[in-house]
Amino acid sequence: MATKKVVTGNYAAAYGAMRARVKTVAAYPITPQTFIVEHLSEFINNGELDCAYMEVESEHSAMSACVSASATGVRTFTATSSQGLALMHEILPIASGLRLPVVMAVVNRAIAAPINIWVEHNDIMPERDSGWIQVFCDNNQEVHDMVLQAFRIAEDKRVALPMAVNLDAFILSHTVEPVELSDPEEADKFVPKYVPPSPILDPKAPTVVGPFVPPEYMMEVRWNLDNAIRQVPKVVDEVNSAFAKQFGRNHGGMIDPYMVDDAEVVLVTIGTASSTAHEVVDELRAVGKKVGLVKLRFWRPYPTEQMRKIAGRVKAVGVFDRAVSYGVAGPSFIELRNAAYGLNVPTMDFIGGLGGRDVSSVDVRFMYERLLEAAKTGKAKKEITWMGTRGVEQ
Amino acid sequence: MKLKEMPDEELFTRGHTACSGCGAATAVRNMMKILGPDTVVVSPACCLLVFGATYPLVAWKVPFHHVAFENTAVCAAGVSRGLRMQGNDHTLVLGIAGDGGTADIGIQSLSGCAERNEDMLYVMYDNEAYMNTGIQRSGSTPFGAWTTTTPVGKVRSGKQNFKKDMPQIMMAHNVPYVATASIGHIQDFINKFEKAKKMKGFRYIQMFTPCPTGWRHDTAKSMEMCKLAVDTGMWTLYECENGKVTINRKPKMTPVQEYLKLQGRFRHMTEADIQKLQEWVNAKWAADEKFAQCKSQAP
Repeated sequence: MATKKVVTGNYAAAYGAMRARVKTVAAYPITPQTFIVEHLSEFINNGELDCAYMEVESEHSAMSACVSASATGVRTFTATSSQGLALMHEILPIASGLRLPVVMAVVNRAIAAPINIWVEHNDIMPERDSGWIQVFCDNNQEVHDMVLQAFRIAEDKRVALPMAVNLDAFILSHTVEPVELSDPEEADKFVPKYVPPSPILDPKAPTVVGPFVPPEYMMEVRWNLDNAIRQVPKVVDEVNSAFAKQFGRNHGGMIDPYMVDDAEVVLVTIGTASSTAHEVVDELRAVGKKVGLVKLRFWRPYPTEQMRKIAGRVKAVGVFDRAVSYGVAGPSFIELRNAAYGLNVPTMDFIGGLGGRDVSSVDVRFMYERLLEAAKTGKAKKEITWMGTRGVEQ
Repeated sequence: MKLKEMPDEELFTRGHTACSGCGAATAVRNMMKILGPDTVVVSPACCLLVFGATYPLVAWKVPFHHVAFENTAVCAAGVSRGLRMQGNDHTLVLGIAGDGGTADIGIQSLSGCAERNEDMLYVMYDNEAYMNTGIQRSGSTPFGAWTTTTPVGKVRSGKQNFKKDMPQIMMAHNVPYVATASIGHIQDFINKFEKAKKMKGFRYIQMFTPCPTGWRHDTAKSMEMCKLAVDTGMWTLYECENGKVTINRKPKMTPVQEYLKLQGRFRHMTEADIQKLQEWVNAKWAADEKFAQCKSQAP
């Protein structure tokens, strides 16, 4: 039987990787991720996990080692944050390009400058086009569960791509919550023995993993990767169903909609702001406001069709972004606006919570008020709102 | 193994697209005969990748792996750990990179792997510049040499700094084996690769591989270049086995001028600069000899 313990998000992530019986971990410390790799080294040194642990000299090397270990046919895991992820940047599209299902926990932290260690999604959002599958978590149970699920999704033969499991800095990484920690039998049943989905480095059957590819073949390589990541929604649904059936917990598929069916306005959130928004929806529903919430779980691939269907049924859609693409808008909003193209529904972006600034129920109520107003007038008062920013008009 | 006992089987086969007279291609071909088929090769973006592993015409008969430029060592370590975790303790994992990929951009991951004593062989093929991108200066380029980023100009000509001493840096890591080799001294080359192959832990061999394209020398004279580099003292042939240092060949201390004059890259050098390089060679050899004496016994 699973044991219920009060643990941090970092512990939940490390525990998930341990239960998936990863065979190589290469990692480098960075706040607020460090506890993940510390816990893993404890599991290894206590004999709970049979795994090579490479205490490498940089995040660049951590991702490089994971790619190459994965290329020999073993399950690999690492974790990072912010500047560490930026240092890995070069190797991320190599993991996806070589079709290696490396799994990584990313504790989302602001990217410098100014330097700041608190939550922001501006570390992972620029990795949009790296070919990584990316999911965001809302609580520590989801972190544990998604690390387990990530191996199933990434290693699926139809996919064979790396995957990042995102958790908000401190709000999840350092906050304790009760989590049902899977036992080995359950986890083994859900995440079976590793079968490499791509060709591996085997002296008995020599092949090249990573040749120099001339123009004559490049388009096909790119198309294959694009096609593979398009299979993800189907695989996510299958894996989520299998997980729900075995563990009794259903986190939803690509998105987790709440009170959306009859909603007049919908807010799209990502990460831990979803829990706050959930509470606000309950409050507003209690006073008869027809508001709904979409917890956007997967940001790559983006569930464009699903979001378009929702946007087509409502009178206004808002997006909460904990990141900004300077000079344009929040990255999640840009995707939504694309999905809602031509629908003539007002769309609004609420940029907030940057660098760990609190996002309270007051803020979320403000977002819903603005959306309800737009639903009435048929027009967004402001397309982009910087939440609670000194000197900036709301 | 004697030279005449080298196997006929080619693991790095003909048909690759290296320039004629390429020291690296010759070195790799011979090296693979010694290392054998139970080898996984990891290489960065460099000449070797392009002339040996361009899809679909691959010259390798062993698994070949490329990831990026600055991470050859740690990628080889990743391969090694992955194989060992699967119970494979026999396959030799070889990381092989040029001087830029090793001494400059790759030194961080190389140093980390050496410090952790990863079970692998790392080989630097030293052609003394970034040849794949078109002959740019590296930390391993010798003093005075023309490259496309140290051009011959009205104010300054050639590289202003001296060659980085990578073997010394690697020996300072106290790894099981560090050696320099040259394809111009093939029996010594065979001995060193055979020795390295049999050992465990981190092993490093730096091999001298002339590049006629970048050095501007006659393609038929690559071997002569190798011999002169050793004879002049520009390249010290030595090895450090578990802390014990052996000089494998004493230089004749032929004037460096004899080595320089065969190569277009040194053609512009002034008498004064040649003298400066000669003094550097003299000092380097004296230091290497003294170092070998101090370390002539295993610690």
